[in-house]
Amino acid sequence: MENVGLEMFLAVSAVLFVCGVVCMATKRNAIGVLMGVELVLNGANLNLVAFSRYGSLGLDGQVMSLFVIVLAAAEAAAALAIVLAFYNNHMTVDVDQATDLQG
Amino acid sequence: MMSPEFYSEVGNLLMWLLTAAWLLPLLGFVIEIFGGYWSDRKSKTPAYLAVGCIGTGFLLSLVALLTWVDAADLNLWHFGDTESAAVAHHEADAAEAGHEDDHSHSHDHADHSNAHGEHGDAHHDGGHHGGHESHANDPFKTAFAGTFYRLGKYGSLDITLDWYIDGLTVAMFAMVTLIATCIHIFAIGYMSDELTERYEDHFVHTEDGGHFHRVGRFYRFFAYLSLFCFAMLGLVLAGNIFQVFIFWELVGVCSYLLIGFYVERKTASTAANKAFIMNRVGDFGFLIGLMILWTWFGVFQFAETNPETVGSTGLFQMVRTADGELETQGEGREKVVVLQAQQGIHKDGGNPHPTIPYFLLVAAGLGIFGGCIGKSAQFPLQTWLPDAMEGPTPVSALVHSATMVAAGVYLVGRFYPMFTPEVLLVIAYTGCITLFVGATIAVVATDIKKVLAYSTISQLGYMMLALGVGGWLAGLFHLITHAFFKSLMFLCSGSVIHGCHHEQEMTKMGGLAKKMPITCWTMFVGVVAISGLAIPFLGIPKLGAIAFSGYHSKDAIVAAGMTFSSLNPIHSLLFFVPLITAGITAFYMFRMWFMTFFGKPKDQHVYDHAHESPRVMTAPLLILAFFAMFCAIGGENGPLAQLILTTEPVHVAEGAMEAGHIGLNLPGHHQIHEFHASAGAVALLVAFGGTILAYLFYGLGIVDTGAMQKQFGGVHEFLREKWMFDELYEWMWVRPTLVVATWAAAFDRCVLDRFLGFLAGMVVAISSWDRRFDEAVVDRLVNAVGEATSSVGRSLRYVQTGRLRQYVMFIAVSVVMLFFVLFAYLPR
Repeated sequence: MENVGLEMFLAVSAVLFVCGVVCMATKRNAIGVLMGVELVLNGANLNLVAFSRYGSLGLDGQVMSLFVIVLAAAEAAAALAIVLAFYNNHMTVDVDQATDLQG
Repeated sequence: MMSPEFYSEVGNLLMWLLTAAWLLPLLGFVIEIFGGYWSDRKSKTPAYLAVGCIGTGFLLSLVALLTWVDAADLNLWHFGDTESAAVAHHEADAAEAGHEDDHSHSHDHADHSNAHGEHGDAHHDGGHHGGHESHANDPFKTAFAGTFYRLGKYGSLDITLDWYIDGLTVAMFAMVTLIATCIHIFAIGYMSDELTERYEDHFVHTEDGGHFHRVGRFYRFFAYLSLFCFAMLGLVLAGNIFQVFIFWELVGVCSYLLIGFYVERKTASTAANKAFIMNRVGDFGFLIGLMILWTWFGVFQFAETNPETVGSTGLFQMVRTADGELETQGEGREKVVVLQAQQGIHKDGGNPHPTIPYFLLVAAGLGIFGGCIGKSAQFPLQTWLPDAMEGPTPVSALVHSATMVAAGVYLVGRFYPMFTPEVLLVIAYTGCITLFVGATIAVVATDIKKVLAYSTISQLGYMMLALGVGGWLAGLFHLITHAFFKSLMFLCSGSVIHGCHHEQEMTKMGGLAKKMPITCWTMFVGVVAISGLAIPFLGIPKLGAIAFSGYHSKDAIVAAGMTFSSLNPIHSLLFFVPLITAGITAFYMFRMWFMTFFGKPKDQHVYDHAHESPRVMTAPLLILAFFAMFCAIGGENGPLAQLILTTEPVHVAEGAMEAGHIGLNLPGHHQIHEFHASAGAVALLVAFGGTILAYLFYGLGIVDTGAMQKQFGGVHEFLREKWMFDELYEWMWVRPTLVVATWAAAFDRCVLDRFLGFLAGMVVAISSWDRRFDEAVVDRLVNAVGEATSSVGRSLRYVQTGRLRQYVMFIAVSVVMLFFVLFAYLPR
């Protein structure tokens, strides 16, 4: 584990982040978009933890990532409720169909 | 001097009694004026309420009178043989004064400095006259004073509502409430034709030739009467000169409202305005006097009599020493009057002025007297009173003969200690001119109320003259007796007018004695009383001459005038004019009586419809007739005079030699007393002369009065035109005012209006330019900003597509571009 440096962590997290963004940008399924969001958040978490370990951030980075996890859980709950409600009304979870408020 | 406990006990009792009597009419007024809106126009309730209020007030005043007499330990029956009792009483007084010396302030009569102390008086006066000196020498001893409420303290200006109760106050209270009660009852009958929803005013014509119609104003009349009673009683109860001024104006307002009661009649509304405006002229002087007093004395209170407030002091105590002398220093223009007891009520740093220049004291006295001239219709402001007869007759009886116009005399009497000999001389001459002018006009007047109005002016002149020549008692004595017989005569004339269906011209009356006997003979009582007739050579040992009230008081006035002119031969007019006028008075009063009630009826129509008034109107006549006969019983030794005498300022009894700048000799009691018998005889002789002349002219008709009028056409016309005073004032004041007003109007039109028009045009021009600027610049700028915002919004609309994935793409691409930009341009 000694030869694994900060760069590796950052690379993994960057991959995760890009995967998440691509997932969000390409999925039409709302659940898929949510999953992309989770990937992006976790990529960021990984960054925080890595800087906490190698950088001068100390324990703050870990605390911050805990916050992000809690936030992600709350966000997922709210977003899934919205998706369910949307599904009840439109019988679909396609985000491109959500055009009710379009001017 | 009484003990502090006794003083506060009696003072409080009197204060509560008189305050209740004072405020009851106000309560009545409020209920009547507001209740009137929703009560029935035909209801007599307001009248009963008003009578109840003032009647209760009379009972309370009577109780107060008795309480006061009891507390002052006053023996009202000084009929010669009571001398020993009086001496004993006087000794008791002196002893008591010795005891209470430590409580009393420096005005106690015990420390008279010169030989004119009361001991000296009691000895050299002798006879029954010495008896009442013990009361007369210190009016503050029997006076009660206090404060109701402090209105406000502005710096050193302390304005309070005070009360001041002494013999004069209780006498005035009893007189005013009694007369007012009688007149209220009379008015129930007299004003009964107002008890209607549709009152036809025969004196007002509408344009189509008919009469003016309105709703009856019964309640309003009684409300005004109640308000007047409140104001008048407040004036009498007032304990400082400023408060007097407040109520002075309030009675003026009531007078205005009541004169203008028939407001639709042009004459009535004009007369109301005239009365009010002419009073303002006098009140201007009053205000100047107030300002001088305030500046130099720092207090408004008359006198501080409470034994507990040692060192506090009022105006009278400041300006005169304990024995009533004016203490002066310097000569000529440098002359000043030393103010006593400088640690007065005005405590903040003490009174700034230890002395007052003599001429300012004269000016203050003249100013206050100016107010009295207006209110009491003295020369040269007398012309409003005859016009005031436009009011209903009960008003003339109450306001314009018995009470309000007498307020001026009352104030002169009350304020007597402040008047210097110069002021007194002015007062005397004013009264002298007034009484002569009034009497001569009354001789030719044919309107029954106008005769009485001029007679009132004349009698008020008598009172002023008496006060001016040092007959303080005579003036105020006549005030009370005159109030009774003059209100009686006014009510009689009201009864005649009512019985003759509002006919006031005596030339259309005559022979009414058969139709209205009660009115006729009660009027006779009044006429005899005012003429001052008595049965000569006969006298009841204790009561003096057999005569009605007017004889005693007029006798006193003539005696004062006679004494004064014998002491000051240069001013002998002040004796001869009132003496001759006494004859004229008898003449015109009997002329009126004969013309109205005797001889052949001059207008058959009026005579046929005349009738005696109902009992509600004749009963007050009988009551007042009784008082007109007997209120002055015993003359100057009788109870009424003794009661008033307790208030007499200290210095009056002594008289004064070479007083003031002008070296006036003012008669004292014993000097007047020496002339009393001869003055009474001369006055009686002249009065009988006038009476017989009137009987010959109008009773027997041996002289053709019409022919006489032609014979003396010029004089007759001059008197008919009221000495041309109205024309004189027209030329002196009204015309110049109108000319100035025309000029002012022209100046307004030609200069001010044009200038204002120019300014207005400027403003319009500037505004139109401003409008253009607004439209061209400001509006356009604002619109441009709005347009820009709106178009940016419109174009950004397309960016917000609502597609999530597109947004994510934007974000991702933007972040990447941001990175590139940062790496490219951010300096390391």
